[in-house]
Amino acid sequence: MPTYVRTDKCDGCKGQDKTACMYICPHDLMKLDKDGSETGHAMRAFNQEPEQCWECYSCVKICPQQAIEARHYADIVPLGGQVQPLRGSDSIMWTIKFRNGTLKRFKFPIRTTPEGSIDPYGGKPQADMAKITGPGFFNHMEMNGYRAGNPAELIRK
Amino acid sequence: MADFANPEVVQEEVDILLIGGGMACCGAAYEIMRWAEAAKISSGVDLKIKLVDKAAMDRSGAVAQGLSAINTYIGTEQDPADYARMVSNDLMGITRDDLAYDLGRHVDESVHLFEEWGLPIWKTDENGERHDGAQGMTLLKDGGKPVRSGKWQIMINGESYKWIVAEAAKKALGLDRIQERVFIVHLMNDKNDKGRIAGAAGFSTRDNTIYIYKAKAILLAAGGCVNIFRPRSVGEGTGRAWYPVWNSGSTYSMAAEAGAELTMMENRFVPARFKDGYGPVGAWFLLFKAQATNAFGEVYMVKNKELLNDYPPYGQAAVPASCLRNHLMLKEMQEGRGPIWMDTVTALAKMRETLSPREVKHLEAEAWEDFLDMCVGQCGIWVGENIEPEKKNSELMPTEPYLLGSHSGCCGIWTSGPDDLGAPTDEALPGVPEHLPRGWNWGYRGMTTVKGLFTAGDGVGASGHKFSSGSHAEGRLAAKAMVKYCLDNKDLKVEIDESPEQIAEAIWKPVRNYLEFKDYTTAIDVNPNYITPKMLQFRLQKIMDEYVAGVATYYKTNSVMLEVAEQKLEMLKEDAQKMRAKDLHELLRAWENYHRILTAEAHMKHIQFRQESRYPGFYYRMDKNFVDEENWHCFVNSIYDKTTKKWTCFKRAHVDLVDKSKLFKAAAH
Repeated sequence: MPTYVRTDKCDGCKGQDKTACMYICPHDLMKLDKDGSETGHAMRAFNQEPEQCWECYSCVKICPQQAIEARHYADIVPLGGQVQPLRGSDSIMWTIKFRNGTLKRFKFPIRTTPEGSIDPYGGKPQADMAKITGPGFFNHMEMNGYRAGNPAELIRK
Repeated sequence: MADFANPEVVQEEVDILLIGGGMACCGAAYEIMRWAEAAKISSGVDLKIKLVDKAAMDRSGAVAQGLSAINTYIGTEQDPADYARMVSNDLMGITRDDLAYDLGRHVDESVHLFEEWGLPIWKTDENGERHDGAQGMTLLKDGGKPVRSGKWQIMINGESYKWIVAEAAKKALGLDRIQERVFIVHLMNDKNDKGRIAGAAGFSTRDNTIYIYKAKAILLAAGGCVNIFRPRSVGEGTGRAWYPVWNSGSTYSMAAEAGAELTMMENRFVPARFKDGYGPVGAWFLLFKAQATNAFGEVYMVKNKELLNDYPPYGQAAVPASCLRNHLMLKEMQEGRGPIWMDTVTALAKMRETLSPREVKHLEAEAWEDFLDMCVGQCGIWVGENIEPEKKNSELMPTEPYLLGSHSGCCGIWTSGPDDLGAPTDEALPGVPEHLPRGWNWGYRGMTTVKGLFTAGDGVGASGHKFSSGSHAEGRLAAKAMVKYCLDNKDLKVEIDESPEQIAEAIWKPVRNYLEFKDYTTAIDVNPNYITPKMLQFRLQKIMDEYVAGVATYYKTNSVMLEVAEQKLEMLKEDAQKMRAKDLHELLRAWENYHRILTAEAHMKHIQFRQESRYPGFYYRMDKNFVDEENWHCFVNSIYDKTTKKWTCFKRAHVDLVDKSKLFKAAAH
């Protein structure tokens, strides 16, 4: 199945036109069952093509209700384990439950700047049209990352 | 009001269209706006730019889930030439040094930006201890020392890698230049010049709308190709592909139909990964120093090392090509000494000997993070099977084949390279169709052999090993060249060679098939008048698996098997015209699978044309089971004629721009 949506937690993103999971799924798997005709659960989302799920967890991480979890591929994995994240603004917390009950928790940083704070061209130079041909980006060497290389290595030049 | 039977057709004219929202198009989006601004100031040209993504940029493309490493970072101690050498050897000697070198000199510029934007990059302190990337240590651009998990790889806390890169791209472009959830399925040529691009068309997966874009320049960077071979898991686990399951060959198939020359489509990647979950092995081999063994604890890379001498000089490099490492593993599996184990227990025990308890705890977290950042599904297997890596070893397995140009693979589109590295300007081998360019550069970096059609990332063939960072940098290179192309062609007016009605009908055909015939039978999926995209995919996978060197035959094929496949694929291609779509979601799948079929056909034709086995361990032509340096140390390229639906394969000469002999130990005898 991979990801599943819990009926007791999903609120269909409160009747908005699209749910967070529909917005984010890279493979167009999540679907809102508005009238319950497809699942018997009106205003809940569901994974419409579980055998195409990559278990990328994009829907799990974005769900505002933490209504989405994963039951790992039934044709491969014994039942009973669970890997569940809680993604914050600067870190992600993982709770890992083994089939035998062993529990582990890990917390990892996910970004060093506040979400939404990127100023893409702040303090960056303008592009120089005289340099539109030849190597180098618009902010050539501003980030100290251009590696010019030893010209002697180029044996046909 | 549009409905499923009567879609609305929206037409829009832009100067530059970016197809895809992954690392390459995010790079292009970031670079292009600065050049577009400068163009406006210097020549008054106001370029209209649009990006179209079939998913949401925050989580689209191959980096959607995140990554635990950036696999291409050159650093200050290596030369772009070293990088070009490594790429060449890993891909058995046939890559474009101009493309790899150019990527190598630019890529760190993008990595440094990622860190500035907020991507946590691990650092090594003066005592050699590793720190995760949130601890305020010196930035890479200011001389901070990354944690190398290999010669070219650096470790990151990369759960939000794509989210961060997409934020910068979206802000650079502005949301009004972005159209998400529109799947581009078809490119159109110029009515007055068939060798030029004029537009692209697709549909919304959210409402009944067809989009037709007229464009002077197009960046086609829609990823590689997954699921053309029957995967090892065929139930729910079908989705657990190693590369993202949504990469459906759109880049290669749309380029081919538009007339672009493809290159090295015989190349494939068969990663050896943790079994079933396909979790990454790089950190285990390189950072934790684990060894892989056969069932009886024998290290096959040592035991079978003589086999490397069969493939000089590629087997004799300090790091043998990826395919050859598979070749040594496959010997054990085929002779009944499987399963293959990753000896995590010994590796972690050895590391514990020299570490403090605090460091041991950190080590355990690192091992888990490696999967949690980029392959949660592997953790799912570990918890389900009660595997703690310090207590229990895990199995390794070579996967089903994948087609891509950015990882350890080099299939893709023949692309114009830089002109300052000594690349050939003419073609030394006969047989290249007249209308195609000679040499390796024809004016614009990243342009295909179709005027105005550019590519990057998985799209650029004959290079490889660019990974996430390199794809971003390559998108930036293409963006800059596209602005130049538009300025040079200021007065060009392209005209699409098909009518909007023709385009719309072709895109909507699977829906028409469904609506016309759905009431003929009582069971919606069984109907003699149409085929579901899912069954069509099964048929494709069966053909490729059984005849074109999939896992069913241990990656083996021969000329007769390929002929059988050829006939079956032709009928499959015909039947693709009868695909049905019962809703927009299925229309997405229908077109993805159409793209897969063309990509698979290219793969088969190239393997058929190349009279040798260039990539032992990835595939074997058993009737030509050798590497033939004399006759086949060359590129195999092809073009597709969308009218006759036929492929033409031909050779192009290979040339070294950097000295490869530095890679090899003295030949073993």
